[in-house]
Amino acid sequence: MDLIELKDIYKTYHLGELDVPVLKGITVNVAKGELVALMGASGSGKSTLMNILGCLDHPSSGEYWLDGRDISRYSAPQRATIRNDKIGFVFQNFNLLARTSAVENVMMPLTYGRHEMAERQMRAWATELLGRVGLADRAHHHPSQLSGGQQQRVAIARSLVNRPAILLADEPTGNLDSHTSEEILQMFQDLNARDGLTIILVTHDPEVGRHARRVIHIRDGLIDGATPALPVAAGGRS
Amino acid sequence: MKLARTLKTALRALRRNVMRAALTTLGIVIGVGAVIAMMEIGGGSSTAIQKTIASMGASTVLVMPGTAASGGISFGAGSVMTMTPQDAEAILRNCPSVASVAPVVRAQGTQVVYGNRNWVPQSITGTTPEFLDVRDWNDLAEGDPFSERDVRNGSKVCLIGQTLVRELFGGQSAVGKEIRIQNVSFKVVGVLRSKGANMMGMDQDDIVLAPWTTIKNRVAGSANAGQSAAAKDTSGTNAAVNTLSQIYPSSGVALYPAQSAVQQADTPQPVRFTNINQIMVAAKSSGHIRDAIGEISTLLRERHHLRADEPDDFTVRDMTEITKALSSTTGLMTNLLLIVALISLVVGGVGIMNIMLVSVTERTREIGLRMAVGAKPLDIMLQFLAEAVVLCMIGGGTGILLGRGSSWLVAFFLHWPTEISIPAILAAVVVSCAVGVVFGWYPAWKAAGLDPIEALRYE
Repeated sequence: MDLIELKDIYKTYHLGELDVPVLKGITVNVAKGELVALMGASGSGKSTLMNILGCLDHPSSGEYWLDGRDISRYSAPQRATIRNDKIGFVFQNFNLLARTSAVENVMMPLTYGRHEMAERQMRAWATELLGRVGLADRAHHHPSQLSGGQQQRVAIARSLVNRPAILLADEPTGNLDSHTSEEILQMFQDLNARDGLTIILVTHDPEVGRHARRVIHIRDGLIDGATPALPVAAGGRS
Repeated sequence: MKLARTLKTALRALRRNVMRAALTTLGIVIGVGAVIAMMEIGGGSSTAIQKTIASMGASTVLVMPGTAASGGISFGAGSVMTMTPQDAEAILRNCPSVASVAPVVRAQGTQVVYGNRNWVPQSITGTTPEFLDVRDWNDLAEGDPFSERDVRNGSKVCLIGQTLVRELFGGQSAVGKEIRIQNVSFKVVGVLRSKGANMMGMDQDDIVLAPWTTIKNRVAGSANAGQSAAAKDTSGTNAAVNTLSQIYPSSGVALYPAQSAVQQADTPQPVRFTNINQIMVAAKSSGHIRDAIGEISTLLRERHHLRADEPDDFTVRDMTEITKALSSTTGLMTNLLLIVALISLVVGGVGIMNIMLVSVTERTREIGLRMAVGAKPLDIMLQFLAEAVVLCMIGGGTGILLGRGSSWLVAFFLHWPTEISIPAILAAVVVSCAVGVVFGWYPAWKAAGLDPIEALRYE
């Protein structure tokens, strides 16, 4: 059984009188340990799909099986628990708490966890993760004192702090220069290869897609066809 | 644990913008500070005012003889003569709530003569030196009060009020002079300080104070002699002895033939104990009045051998009017302060709400992020509520210090009386906490209602 099973997912937004269908029956599976890129132009429904995958939103119809549970009908607080438990987020604009040290940023999701953890334990674990992303010496720096790449690495450490089943990265390199992007993507690949972490990269950039083992294309709310990443990436190199 | 963490997060969030937090909470600081300072200064003044009012006789209790009724006709208050000076002594001895007691004998409508002048004072009062304690009249304008010994001996000495000094002595020193009351010569030993009119508009300075024994035996006993001149003529020496004529004044018309000497010898006068008109009692404080009344009633019923089913043969009265004035003064004060407190705290609370709303908007992304990593709406709500409450509590604490400090300064530099008001401090803590919850609720609720997707995308 796959880690993620989307079965015939529909999502329709209601804008006043108008019904806007965004996702029109998406069925896709992601196995444990995969590194998948979710690609599509803007307006393709990519972000909506990511929100559903990230358990931030629920589909209008269809089933979403995550780790053996259908979570498509969960309430907001229940989804919050799932997000805390199973999903790590990395955002395009890092979304770190300002005027808060890196280690405290990394600790933050733990405070919403179900398992009580002593402050010292939390701190030790967060520091260890920062070490893993190569920022051991920056643990007490504030985001404003860190470069973009460093900030994104803090964000990655934060996404790992709850030992998630999936890491969902939304345009993780969108705000970074190409060299730093490469570093970050390398880090995702390492995490995937070494720790067997399931990673979904949401992007419109083929360069990013090149780093994935599988690319899922979305066009007009439908899966366009799952193709091997490398040929596409090779052709789309800018 | 969870609470501690929430509070810690709130504190951390506030520390991120100390200046703004400080300015936000300033409203609460000033509000609470003002309330505390007002309560302490106001409490002090109120106590001082209460003391002043109490000196007007708020703690005084009057014990009057009861009402005699015969054949359905009541004779009005004081028409039975059941009060004795011994009652007064017993009250002082046996009632713990009583500070001092003075028996009072009155001789009204009696002329006072000095030289070629005369005057009818409103009150000629026979009493003991304790009267001055009861009325808080101890510091005389001139001379000294008469003593217990004067009372025992029935000395012919008196104290006079300012009005008499003006009317009889033309404002000159009266001490040492002799005045005549009912043809009895009294030596003026002291002059009372001016007290002005009382609440009923009666001149309190229009008074002669003398030992009650003297008034009773030499003045009041023959008070009606002048009026009943005709009766005196017909009954000869009898009128001087028969004190009943005081109570049942003869009309001057002789309805019955005069008694002969034989008849007089055959009808002995009943033996009478000495009665007094009223007893003035000062309770230990205005708060002790109720206790004092209870104790006096019990004691007098016992002393007068009244059975349980018999009505009291006396009445005990307090100065309800003055006591009311006293409590209404303090009540008004407290209400005013309460209104001021509420207004300032509401203003402060609105300030908090305003800044919290700004903060929620400003931190929309943070809220989105927290939700994305697993914060439930309730967590977000609690976080913002905690921030508002912590802000208010800090403001309240600072306000208490500020209020205490300013009341101390006022006491130190202006020498106004102040009182530490523990209830006000407790109320300030509770109220500032409540303000935090009430005015933090809406921003927190708004924050909790945010959609994580929208919030994350917010610029």
